[in-house]
Amino acid sequence: MEVDVLKRIPVREQDPKVRATNFEEVCLGYNVEEAMAEASRCLKCKNPQCQKGCPVNIDIPGFIREIEAGKMEDAFHVLSMYSALPAICGRVCPQESQCEAKCIRGIKGDAVSIGKLERFAADWARENGIRLQAAADKKGKKVAVIGSGPAGLTCAGELAKAGYDVTIFEALHEPGGVLVYGIPEFRLPKKSVVAAEIENVKSLGVRIETNVVIGKSTTVDELIHEEGFEAVFIGSGAGLPKFMGIPGENANGVFSANEFLTRNNLMKAYHEDYDTPIFHGKKVAVVGGGNVAMDAARTALRLGAEVHIVYRRGESELPARVEEVHHAKEEGIIFNLLTNPKEILVDENGWVRGMVCVEMELGEPDASGRRRPVEKAGSEFELALDTVVMSLGTSPNPLISSTTEGLEINGHQCIVASEENGQTTKAGVYAGGDAVTGAATVILAMGAGKAAAQGIDEFLSK
Amino acid sequence: MYKITKKRFLAENIFLMDVEAPRVAKNCHPGQFVIVRLDEKGERIPLTVCDYDAEAGTVTIVVQMIGASTKMMAEYEEGEYLRDFTGPLGCKSELIDEPVEELKKKKILFVAGGLGTAPVYPQVKWLHGQGVEADCIIGARNKSLIILEEEMKAVAKNVYVATDDGSYGFHGNVNDKIKDLVNNEKKTYDLVIAIGPLIMMKFVSLLTKELGIKTVVSMNPIMVDGTGMCGACRLTVDGKVKFACVDGPEFDGHLVNFDEAIKRAQMYRTEEGRAVLREKEGATHHGCCGHCSD
Repeated sequence: MEVDVLKRIPVREQDPKVRATNFEEVCLGYNVEEAMAEASRCLKCKNPQCQKGCPVNIDIPGFIREIEAGKMEDAFHVLSMYSALPAICGRVCPQESQCEAKCIRGIKGDAVSIGKLERFAADWARENGIRLQAAADKKGKKVAVIGSGPAGLTCAGELAKAGYDVTIFEALHEPGGVLVYGIPEFRLPKKSVVAAEIENVKSLGVRIETNVVIGKSTTVDELIHEEGFEAVFIGSGAGLPKFMGIPGENANGVFSANEFLTRNNLMKAYHEDYDTPIFHGKKVAVVGGGNVAMDAARTALRLGAEVHIVYRRGESELPARVEEVHHAKEEGIIFNLLTNPKEILVDENGWVRGMVCVEMELGEPDASGRRRPVEKAGSEFELALDTVVMSLGTSPNPLISSTTEGLEINGHQCIVASEENGQTTKAGVYAGGDAVTGAATVILAMGAGKAAAQGIDEFLSK
Repeated sequence: MYKITKKRFLAENIFLMDVEAPRVAKNCHPGQFVIVRLDEKGERIPLTVCDYDAEAGTVTIVVQMIGASTKMMAEYEEGEYLRDFTGPLGCKSELIDEPVEELKKKKILFVAGGLGTAPVYPQVKWLHGQGVEADCIIGARNKSLIILEEEMKAVAKNVYVATDDGSYGFHGNVNDKIKDLVNNEKKTYDLVIAIGPLIMMKFVSLLTKELGIKTVVSMNPIMVDGTGMCGACRLTVDGKVKFACVDGPEFDGHLVNFDEAIKRAQMYRTEEGRAVLREKEGATHHGCCGHCSD
């Protein structure tokens, strides 16, 4: 295969027109030949900057070197030393602002496609039946992990590798957290990728108990005092949806992105065989500009709707990954930028019939450093719609913090925990991921889960 | 997997099940609910808790066959397993945190409509266990839909049965019976707890507002996760948006926007796959299928 060292090997994707009508994965990934060619572009820097850009500090040149040599199993084992979820990270990490942003190859040409290579190695291992092994030396100490999203799975995996007896408690019926209820099938296949990586974590010896809502079914204090857990990690995420508080928001046809995505992803409402319904709108507005907004918009599109993204700032301020915005545009999502909803219009039966919006312009920078959007006087207009999806971010669920003695939270309902080792204000209790930071990324949650696993190991080794 | 240890029909289309779920049984309180999923492709069905036994590790649920899922659930027999059983969800009844001495001073009336009798029962039973008396009206369209009458009689001070068609007990709906008790029997009450179809709770609340009696209702809107994650169950109480699953399910009946709640409850009625729901619509059911409420 011919390689231009300055250009990355393009990754095959489903045609936008075709994929807009199905829930199959958009990106098809590299084959062996493509992966080895792309791996050959890596400079194998002595002082790898990419590794510094990775929240879990993966030895990136290390695994890429193995791919280049065609030693795919070894590449997977290098990855597994740092991450329990490489097939997931390879798909959903914002590499362009992390490892790939620091790639030296990227100074003159395209950065090495680190994410796509990570995904390749993990997919290869799965397809070839490579499994992780449980630790040989057991410590005989029980640790509880609350939540089976990226933070919890990572923390559990790390602790199991160190020989701890780990049980994950998951509130929903299916493990995976946001990987299962939030991120759609077309970006992250549930059965082939997420379930398989969870199986890998289980093969390290981790037990998962589903349908346990901590704060209701039992409490952190009960786990410690009655069930013999010597440490607890809270990775319960940020699950509470926000609404705008505008008139008409409780009309039928207005959903939180969480509801819309949960019905589709976790409950598989798009599948005819499954019992959970979803309203198939014809004209949908998704309010917000983050990755979740893109996911909701592209889901609605696949259910057959004309879809508008309504976002109050401009294109360069969109918080979503560039790749997601690009994919959304390719598929035909309409972007109403510098536009803000004022009111949802409701018909006589209580259903959405439209939305009054106002045009915005960017003024002085606000506290976040981004230019503050301000309304253009007299620019109100109406969008005719039957569905509105609110994707305005989420905040942590207070169920755990409100039922755990001595666990401090901040003004945003986030659990107060050390960035370094996840230690909370309660002895033996650690936390990380969105429950601590508010809604962020999969990889940051994984980084926090990993740091907390080290913190717990130190605590229990004293 | 959660084993069904007992199943019996209470009425033609209402059945009771004891299910092994030790964590739920241990931490359950009156006022809370559970979510059940039958199989891999099933919905998450919010269901009413009628009783619980921490020692035996079982939870008793009462289900009305109204949607496709609850009809499928009726096919499950003793010894079989439900795939998922989560709870207890929602807040416990406010009564539980009140000092018993205060409760004893109160004259409490429960108003149970149809399937609503099931979630009323554990509250009355709990009060009885604390030595607190309460009256209870059980209402339904006709005699065949009256459930748990004997069980209720064992724990309530007075049980009044009312049927719309007069086939059993008082001839009239629950509101007629409340008026009868207050006007003719000169009963006075300090607190009404009304659980039943939305439309019933709405009209009970309107009446008790007139009568000046504080009223608590238990809302049963459409839900998905039941843990505060999706917001499908949102309703307006005193002008503020609340999530029934985590802020409720019990709210001040005089502050709930029932008209909005009734409209929201219609949401999936006209959907594909909801044919069964459209075709058969009982006058009384409570939280049984998650997708209908009156």
